[in-house]
Amino acid sequence: MYKLIQTLNRTAFIKAIIAALAVIVLVVLGSRNLQNFDAALIAYLMGTIFAVFGVAYRYSVWLQRPPTRLYWRRSMQFLFSRDFPFYFVRSIRLFFQNILFQRFIYHRSRTRWIGHFLLATGCLIAFAVTIPLTLGWIHFEFKPGNDMLYYAKVFGFEVGSFELGSFVAFMAFHALVWCSVLVTMGAVMMMKRRLTDGGLIATQTFEGDWLPLILLIAISITGLGISYDYTFLQGKTYQFMAVIHAVTVILFLVWIPFGKFFHIFQRLAQLGANLYRHEGRKRGMAVCPHTKEEFATQLHIQDLKEVSKELGFDFTLKDGSSHLDLSPEGKRAALAKAHFEARKNAGAFFG
Amino acid sequence: MQNPQYNQQMEFFVDMQRCIGCHACEMACAECETNGQESMIHIHYVERAVSVQTTVQVCMHCDNPVCANVCPADAITKDDFGVVHTANTSRCIGCSNCVLACPFGVPKKEEKAELMMKCNMCYDRTSAGKKPMCATVCPSQALFYGTREEIEKLRPNSTPVNKFLFGQEEVNTKVNIMMPKGSTELRIHD
Repeated sequence: MYKLIQTLNRTAFIKAIIAALAVIVLVVLGSRNLQNFDAALIAYLMGTIFAVFGVAYRYSVWLQRPPTRLYWRRSMQFLFSRDFPFYFVRSIRLFFQNILFQRFIYHRSRTRWIGHFLLATGCLIAFAVTIPLTLGWIHFEFKPGNDMLYYAKVFGFEVGSFELGSFVAFMAFHALVWCSVLVTMGAVMMMKRRLTDGGLIATQTFEGDWLPLILLIAISITGLGISYDYTFLQGKTYQFMAVIHAVTVILFLVWIPFGKFFHIFQRLAQLGANLYRHEGRKRGMAVCPHTKEEFATQLHIQDLKEVSKELGFDFTLKDGSSHLDLSPEGKRAALAKAHFEARKNAGAFFG
Repeated sequence: MQNPQYNQQMEFFVDMQRCIGCHACEMACAECETNGQESMIHIHYVERAVSVQTTVQVCMHCDNPVCANVCPADAITKDDFGVVHTANTSRCIGCSNCVLACPFGVPKKEEKAELMMKCNMCYDRTSAGKKPMCATVCPSQALFYGTREEIEKLRPNSTPVNKFLFGQEEVNTKVNIMMPKGSTELRIHD
């Protein structure tokens, strides 16, 4: 415990506390002084607050690493520059393309993309439904004097209504059922890959790769259990179903900051990297002294020299230039030429 | 998931002067299952206009890998056997920091997939006690995977070196380059 306190990152801890407190404040505001807060969801709320604390802590520690900090600062600098409208629109487009549709995974493998898309879409819709419900931001009420009309309130304000027994009601009340089906299908596809792909079998780990899939399936199946119980079993097993579902979801929430699910938050950095590349191209390309061809942006090479120095690597050469001025092919050629010279000076190329 | 049977006695030895540019290793590399049918090895002419010299480059698996240090997404890791693994696919954001910072010019960026990929010394094979694909097919033994005793017998006038100097920077690696007998380092730039 003492070691934990000693190694605590103070900046990250303060930011995480602020984030967790902000959630609590938003719960009070969103639920109109807890008037609309569903007390049955208190365990989920605790799990969510912990997840927010953990994600904010890890994110903050992550941003303190020199290369991450550089990308973060550069992304913000370019986004909030005079080109804001252009970069804002580009960021929105990239958000849909890379975060919601994960198009880059399609180029890694089509089946993998289908699996991941199903899984991610199920998760994102489930987050969009459950988080506002847990925090008390959304709740449903009957219209006074009409016990067939149900209406939704967000932050206490009416946003829409639907008839009980209607198609909309059916879809809304079963939203998490659809999510469970999507997640289960996606997770099973991803599991199949992990059982059959030799490369994955060699490099995967239980806690890093299998546990997330098992957890997602457990959440989905236990969630479907609740729906099965009230649809077909008249709620006879409700207590059991509700408790095991809560246990799996809370395990998931608590584990978000530590395991693979943190990549959901890290992935946003891909948007920043894209803006960085675009702005870099506008400012000029670096030409390799060996191949005489453009290979990267000058901005990137310059930033990399500084970041690598900050990390303890100095590739500066005697003439003031840097080994990093060479393209990857230029670096490989430099090594080969140095090897050739060494062999030549020794008087034999083989031996 | 599996229990790696990594043989720590086996090492990788590269001798670029023996490379004949046949591309056999490139074809074999694409058979490595951890690469997903992409070849990760680099073969090219060094200076085509003035020389027929070709060179071959595998990942050198640095003791303190620059690629992992400059990665903003913590996607590159080195394991207990000293193998520096290719980017974790769920983390890599395709920024190319590793591609541009690697002093040996090893990582490749798959542009559309926004993913860095590199040689991980055929981890599917080496972790099961087998040789990397490239070393099994190289006809001139520019790429050799075996024990120190084996390479000493094969190359009595050479010494394996794993210390490289890039200006002021000293880089030590798991993979060795065969140098003239008695060499202790390879200085890349004068």
